[in-house]
Amino acid sequence: MSKIDPLALAGAKSKGKRPYFLETDVERLTNIVLVLAQELAVVRERTDTLERLLEQSGVLTRQEIETFTPTKQQADERGAWTQEYLARVFRILQQEREALQTQEASSEEVADELAKV
Amino acid sequence: MSSLVSDKPKAEPARAYDGPPDYRVVGQHGMYPLLSHDEISRFNFLAQMNRHLSTQIMPGVKEAFDARVEPKFVAANGRGFKDRHEVRKALLKDSLFQWWSALRRATMETRQQAGRWVTLRQADQLNAKAKALTENDERLKLNPELPLPRYVEAIDHHCMPGSYHTELAEGDVTGPCNYDIGIFATTGGMLGRYNDGGGQAIAAWVKETLPDLKPKRILDIGAGLGHNVLPIAQAFPDAEVVAIDVGAPMLRYGLARAKTMGVDNISFVQGDVSDLSDLADESFDMIHSCMFLHETSYASMPKIFAETHRLLKPGGIVFHVEQPQYTPEMPLFEQAMRDWDAFYNNEPFWTKMHEVDLDSWMVSAGFERDKLMHSGVAAVVDPDVFPQAAQDTKQEDYGRKAAWHVVGAVK
Repeated sequence: MSKIDPLALAGAKSKGKRPYFLETDVERLTNIVLVLAQELAVVRERTDTLERLLEQSGVLTRQEIETFTPTKQQADERGAWTQEYLARVFRILQQEREALQTQEASSEEVADELAKV
Repeated sequence: MSSLVSDKPKAEPARAYDGPPDYRVVGQHGMYPLLSHDEISRFNFLAQMNRHLSTQIMPGVKEAFDARVEPKFVAANGRGFKDRHEVRKALLKDSLFQWWSALRRATMETRQQAGRWVTLRQADQLNAKAKALTENDERLKLNPELPLPRYVEAIDHHCMPGSYHTELAEGDVTGPCNYDIGIFATTGGMLGRYNDGGGQAIAAWVKETLPDLKPKRILDIGAGLGHNVLPIAQAFPDAEVVAIDVGAPMLRYGLARAKTMGVDNISFVQGDVSDLSDLADESFDMIHSCMFLHETSYASMPKIFAETHRLLKPGGIVFHVEQPQYTPEMPLFEQAMRDWDAFYNNEPFWTKMHEVDLDSWMVSAGFERDKLMHSGVAAVVDPDVFPQAAQDTKQEDYGRKAAWHVVGAVK
């Protein structure tokens, strides 16, 4: 094995204090979103390669993809996947809504309570 | 019922494509690393991202400057801007400039990570390949004792971790390899197949300007990995070319890369160009630098100019290729925008170098004022495949456009 670990070193900081142009948290999030946008473009390009290769080898045409219409059953399955996906993405908001309905103690408070003899 | 989707193939694109070419047009010389489909897609994305920033977002910075930044400053101060630093500090408070800057910095850091991943994951193979190509080759002259100039040591230029000199392992070439494979993304493909659009432009300019020049010895100072000196060595195949840099990885990679491209008349020598006392007086017919002076210092520049004067034969030519100097004729907004890389992309000396009168510095080093030369060159690339900087009116990309000024002198 190489002694150079790409996972640790690829994203190394360059020497020199980094400037921030936005509120620090906003700039952090911007950097994260940029890389997600990059990876989405990477997946999109890979899908495009796949479609073109499948078309070249006669498996399907891209026109078939463009004009694909799901059956009721297929559409329901896809809709369900999207609902599940959104529920995962926005979990934090769901839980904040639930929290509005109750008055709860924190773990620290519960710990203190449980330590009472 | 009519279908929502067309069953006709898309005959015409929505608009004519004017962006960067696919990364796969980049030339695969023998030191090129392996790139997976996804790694190529990352560079495609980053090239497009830089193009988007310079053509779609950056023009908005000027619009915001005219519409609100300058009027606000005038209203608050009762006068206009007195220098580019006041402009920059006012821009820093504007949200559009902030967002453009944050994205531009993030794109540069992401580009470094993308390239480093490629080279570091195959570091052992790349280093072994470079070793096999350069071992016992007397054209590679390294000097491990050479002290690093402060201008290299102080900061990693253009946010490139490890800069030109760091070795992660013995015989490391991953740094220059990362530099080489990623310039495409930073310039949106503007530098051509082998990132040598600058060198090709210089070679063409020399042949046109001095058709009778038949240089026997050529010196490239601050050569980096040699991508710009290769076309010059090819243009003068009978010349002996010496490429100097402080970074051992650059030189090692440079020689290996040149050999795989069939260019055999370049020596890669580790040295600090402010003191080239190992080289004899009047031993070169042509000396040049390409986008190098802005990475040095006021302390070293007079020494560099003096060394070029000493090393040049009478009748020989020296020239430096750089972005244009800040003159009183250049609008303060443009100067402030050109300073962006200095303050926010780890190119600190850029701002200082561009404000001096290079002619006076050349004269102080011994060159005669009436033998100074000034010109402009733009990257020379294969126009069927690559975007041409000279024809590109859509983006200015202050400081990064592949078009440069030449200042030089005949001794």
